Parts: sequence; C-alpha cells; structure tokens
Amino acid sequence: MPTFVYMTRCDGCGQCVDICPSDIMHIDKTLRRAYNIEPNMCWECYSCVKACPHHAIDVRGYADFAPLGHSVRVHRDEEKGTIAWRIKFRNGKKDMELLAPITTKPWGECIPHLANESAPADSMRNSELLFNEPKYVAMNDSALPTLESNGLEIKEGVYY
Amino acid sequence: MGYKTIIEDDIDILVAGAGLGGTGAAFEARYWGKDKKIVIAEKANIDRSGAVAQGLYAINCYMGTRFGENNPEDHVRYARIDLMGMVREDLAFDMARHVDSAVHQFEEWGLPIMRNSKTGAYLREGRWQIMIHGESYKPIVAEAAKNSADKVFNRVCVTHLLMDDAKENRVAGAVGFNVRTGNYHVFKSKTVVCGAGGASNIFKPRSVGEGAGRVWYAPWSSGSAYGLMIEAGAKMTQMENRIVLARFKDGYGPVGAYFLHLKTYTQNCNGEEYESKWFPALQEMVGKEYLDPEASHATHRPIPTCLRNHAIINEVNAGRGPIHMVTMEAFQDPHLEEIGWHNFLGMTVGQAVLWAATDVDPKYENPELTTSEPYVMGSHATGCGAWCSGPEDVSPDEYFWGYNRMTTIEGLFGAGDAVGGTPHAFSSGSFTEGRLAAKAACKYIDDGKAEGIRVSDAQISRRKEEIYKPMETYTVGRNEIVAGSVNPNYINPRQGLDRLQKLMDEYCGGFGVNYMTNDKLLSIGLKKMAILGEDLDKVAAEDIHELLRAWELKHRFLTSESVFQHTMFRKETRWPGYYYRGDAMKVDDENWHVLTVSRRDPKTGEYTMEKAPLYHLVGDIEDKDLAKLKAEGHH
Repeated sequence: MPTFVYMTRCDGCGQCVDICPSDIMHIDKTLRRAYNIEPNMCWECYSCVKACPHHAIDVRGYADFAPLGHSVRVHRDEEKGTIAWRIKFRNGKKDMELLAPITTKPWGECIPHLANESAPADSMRNSELLFNEPKYVAMNDSALPTLESNGLEIKEGVYY
Repeated sequence: MGYKTIIEDDIDILVAGAGLGGTGAAFEARYWGKDKKIVIAEKANIDRSGAVAQGLYAINCYMGTRFGENNPEDHVRYARIDLMGMVREDLAFDMARHVDSAVHQFEEWGLPIMRNSKTGAYLREGRWQIMIHGESYKPIVAEAAKNSADKVFNRVCVTHLLMDDAKENRVAGAVGFNVRTGNYHVFKSKTVVCGAGGASNIFKPRSVGEGAGRVWYAPWSSGSAYGLMIEAGAKMTQMENRIVLARFKDGYGPVGAYFLHLKTYTQNCNGEEYESKWFPALQEMVGKEYLDPEASHATHRPIPTCLRNHAIINEVNAGRGPIHMVTMEAFQDPHLEEIGWHNFLGMTVGQAVLWAATDVDPKYENPELTTSEPYVMGSHATGCGAWCSGPEDVSPDEYFWGYNRMTTIEGLFGAGDAVGGTPHAFSSGSFTEGRLAAKAACKYIDDGKAEGIRVSDAQISRRKEEIYKPMETYTVGRNEIVAGSVNPNYINPRQGLDRLQKLMDEYCGGFGVNYMTNDKLLSIGLKKMAILGEDLDKVAAEDIHELLRAWELKHRFLTSESVFQHTMFRKETRWPGYYYRGDAMKVDDENWHVLTVSRRDPKTGEYTMEKAPLYHLVGDIEDKDLAKLKAEGHH
C-alpha cells in the first residue's frame, strides 16, 4: 500500500520528505507538493502519514494484491501521547476505531543526558558492567551474571 | 562533479547506521567517553530509521530476572535449539545478561510496556516476549542517542569504511554522500561501530510490481552492515543462515502474538493439523537431537523455526494448501480481537490495510499464511554477520581478541545485524550489543590502540571518484540513446536489483525453487554473480536518489556473494525450511558442527572459507523437565 498525497491538502512543508526512511517522499518541482517517487520501495510504514500536519498523505493498498475501496487512517499526538486509528473495510461492514498510548511520559522529557552523569570509576571500567548496571539488570542488588555465578562452563563439542 | 567534500575530523566513535544497534552505541558511548567525540551517520532520519522505524508491538528479547523468570543461559539454550545448534553462545550469553537493563531504561524513558494486572510483572506474550505499545519505540530511543551524540548526520549514506594507511587492517572512519545535497562526507574516526542493517530484497520477493516494497524486513535494509564490512575485509560468519518467515500472506503481518498470546493455531485447507505428520521423516533428516516433539511438548524447548517452515512447505507441496491461521475462535473475545488488530497497527500497518482491502475479518474467516522469500540478517531467528570478539570473562580463546564486539578489523565494532552468531537479539538485544560495542570502543581508544592513524588524500579522492561513478556513467551513456531505460552501456539500479533477485532465487534457494539448491546450481550462480559484479561497475544513476539505490544495490550484491560462498561451503542441510542442499539433505554433525567463517580479500575479491569451533554452555542448571526426559532416554 504505497502512499499518495492529496493535491488540495498538501502545502509542500516537507515533513514527509524529512522523515521517510526510504527516501521516497519528494517535492514535485512544478507543483511544489510532495509525492511518492518510488512506490515499489514503500513499506507502508506510515511514518510520513503520521508526520503530515495536514493529513494530506494516505495509503492505497499495493495494486498487485489489494483491491480498492478500503481506508486505514491515523492521527498521532505526541502531546497527548496517543495514536488513534480508523480502519474501514472495502465492503463497509467493518469500521473500527482503535486508540493506543505512544508514551507514558511527557514527550522527550525523561530521557537522560549521559554527559551529566558522574564518570564511572576505574573498577567499573574494568568490569563487564554497562551504565546503570548492575542495578538495572534485575532492579535490585544482585550482581551481573557470569559463567561462574551461574554454574556454567563453555566447552567445545556436541552436547545434547 | 560539483559536490563539496565535507570532512569531519577527530571523531572518536563513529556510528555508521543508527537503528536500534547504532542508537544503543551512541547512547552508551557518552557514559564511557565523557570527552570523546561521538558522531552518527544515518542514511535516513534517526527518528524513523532502521527495522524499528514503523514501531513494534513486542520486545522479543527480555529475560525478566527481576520477576524470577529466566536466566541468560536459558536464552542461550533457546537460541541454540532454534538455530539447530549454530550460535555464538558467548555473545548470546553476554547479550542476555545485559538486555534487561536496556528494557528497564526504555520504560523509564516513556516506552509503554504492558503489565500483567495480577502479578505486576511485564505482560508476557510468550516465554521471551513482552508486549508493548511501541509505535514510538524508535523516536524515543533516538532521543537518547541524540542526547549523547556530538553530531547527527541524517541523510548521509555511508558507502565505504576508511582504512588506516599507516597500519594494515585498522579502521580509520567512513565515507559516504548526502542523499539530498549530494555532498561527499568524510568521517575520520578512531573507531567505527557498524550499526547498519541486514538485507531485504536480495531474493526475489513474492510480491510483484508496485508491491515489491511489501517485504518482511524493511526495504531500506540494504545489507549495508555486510556490504561495508565485507568490502573492508572483515571476517564473516554464518552468512548461509538466511531466514524464511511463515507470515500472513501478502501483508507479512507478524504471527508471534497470534500464536503465543491469542493462542491461534494453524491448519491445512481441510482443517487438519498437519505439522506432526511431517516430523518423523524430518527427524530422519536432522536427528532426534534437533527434533524431539515429545521433549518439546513437555518442556519449553521450541521446535526450531526452520523445521516448522518445513512442515508448511511440504504440506503445501502435497496439495493441501493454503495453510490457515485459525483466528475465528480467539477473535470472538473482543479484547483479543482488539489486540490482534493493535498488533498490526503497531508494527505492520500494511497487514491491516490488506485485510481492510480484501474484507478479511479474522473473526469470521481464518486468514492465509505463507512462507516468505529468504532474508539475510542477524537479529531474528538467524545469525548472519561479522565474526566478532566476545567478552573477556566468557569467551574461549578462539572467540576473544581483546575487545567485545570488535570484528577482525581493528577498531571496527558491530551491533545488531552486523554481529554474526547472535540470533534472537531482536530490538532490545541489538540496542544492548550497541552499548557493549561502545564501551569496548572507548576502552580501545583509551588503551592507545588508535594512535597514529593516517588517512591519505589519495584514499579520500579514490573513494569520492568511486562513489559518484554511477552518475558519471549515466551522463556519458545517456546521450547515446533517444530516451528510455534501455542502454547498451549501463543498467539502472532497479534493473540490477531485478537481476540479483532472480539469480539468488533460482540458484541460491529462493521461494521460486522451493528453497532448494545444490553444489552445481551454486557454482553456476557464482559465475553469474561474477558477471553481475562486472556489470555493477556500469550501474548508472540519473540523480542523487538513484545514486542511493546504486550503493544499496552494491551492498546487497556483496551480501549475496557472501551468502553464495557460505552456502556452497556448508555441505549439509542444517536448516530445512530455510534452505535445502539437494546434494546433502541431512544434518551432518560429524563434519559440520562448526561455524562457517569467510573472508573476502579486499584487493583480489577472492574468498577464503574456514570452519570455526563451536562452543556450548554446559552446566548443572539445565531445564529440569528436559533433564528428566533425558534420563528417560530422550535427547
């Protein structure tokens, strides 16, 4: 289901161009609006659909196997932390609205800056530990597992 | 050409490709390298790049030690049996002991992880999978990487690694071009963490025409992890271990939540269970060590993914297709029905679109399943990738050369799809591998291993010329013809891709030949590959966008050549259901209980192949149920 862009809704802002992982949303030089330049490299990931501030981008199922007449629309809201979907079947018998959270925190505010963390001690540098470990492994005081702590050996050969 | 050369110098850690692996590396590097210069180069926009761009509805690698669920060695045993024994268990153990700390941090950052309302633990889909509302998984994780990095170069496609001119086999950075401005980018760096992706679209896909983008792994997964490292002469491992997925037909919608959480199951066109009847003959092929349905029934031990594919393939060939997923029972429960749809919207919207377009309501109709074309990657139920060092406290000598996740090229590290022998890392494990690689890269620099790197101007200008050659080829050849895409002197990237896919399908075991190949077919295929390689010197790009496709194609080609070489080398059928060697239809543990390791000589392009020993974790803490069965004479 490659994407396409509605002529009357697109204002050529380029948000879709900026986000498309496949580099296939480009601005038409004459019309100054976005379009999908390479539908057979579209994963229908909806990144551009979600990013479009005017809901100008939609998806029409791949011509090689998807009949016309369906609709899957989306509205993603970082402020509310939700994504809302509406799915309509070709035969009109199913019309579903589905809502899901996209984050549990105010957008972007709870993501750490590791530059501000105190520097690791040499003992930690020389250990197998990563940032926030061992605490975050099991969220308690237990140590990082090793072969020894878990009663294991690593041996060549076939053992089944 | 009028493109500027933009040099970014004095980088300590360059992250080439920032999906989950690369973002993990950039994030963690800042902790161990407070004063280090960390730079990301990504061909798309890191907010929506890599395999998780679309989102995920599950995290498939989570131990749950905090809830008393699994130990790292349990994960290793699971990955080992699923991959028919062929796993780097040191790397898998290492990833598994760290992975929970990544997931717990994701939750703090705002990733919605579902909880089991009774126990308070994360809601399990299966033994290893936890359920998330992960539409924004990638943008959340990208934020953490951006907070750590000094600079992020979005829309820069990395085409080659730079090599040290002062010391053989030592990395010195990378080069590429901006897919918007066309400018040439040179990154001089002490270390590189290769976080680029595995490969979709190298075998002919089942979809045709406009639908060619509807693949299981993202179409932008261009095998660049392998293309970059192979070209530089890094040793690769298990590249024959391509994966075939049983998925909802055409849309490639995931089946994990359906099987594990919704408890749906499969049947043939007559409504019969079909899997078990193929098992006796299959057991003859692979041995009871790898397929013991009784043991699997009584314990958590899975039936390997490839063997379940084998049953589907054979049932369909026997004329009892299609295979259906029985959803009509589960979907009567409105809560489960909602989960079924959310599962697609969270990670494969295309499947929802397809069912809406074809009026398939799984409440009233059991949808079709089919096996996909093969993919080459290293973080799902397959372990292609570079031959990397493991951690000091776990790895035997053959698996350890100083720095965790360092490839056989000094200063070049891997994460995610780039690391070989570590299947079942998935998103969280790939992120974790990035963290491990970043810490090791900082140590490598602090140990003085990156002193005295020299990159000659000659190397930089040679690469520049090479990168833009497809545009030059186009300019020169285009005027010989009136119009159109048919030219006697060049092919465009799409034509080259079509040829590669056809060749891989027919000679290397694609879906079109029921995943079958043999020594003769592989030999012919390799000959044709050599000629395709020559023609790819004449690939033409009309504009910068096509130049991106040209380089993606070249990375896919290098990946494919490696797959051919490895498939030819391993003279057995290790993974029936992924592919078959018609001339060696059995698992051969006597000769092939080994990992395959290759190196392509960067100067000559010649391949050398070797076997590497396979080590297994053994210990007292076996699965108790399995131990009991073993005592009773089962494996």
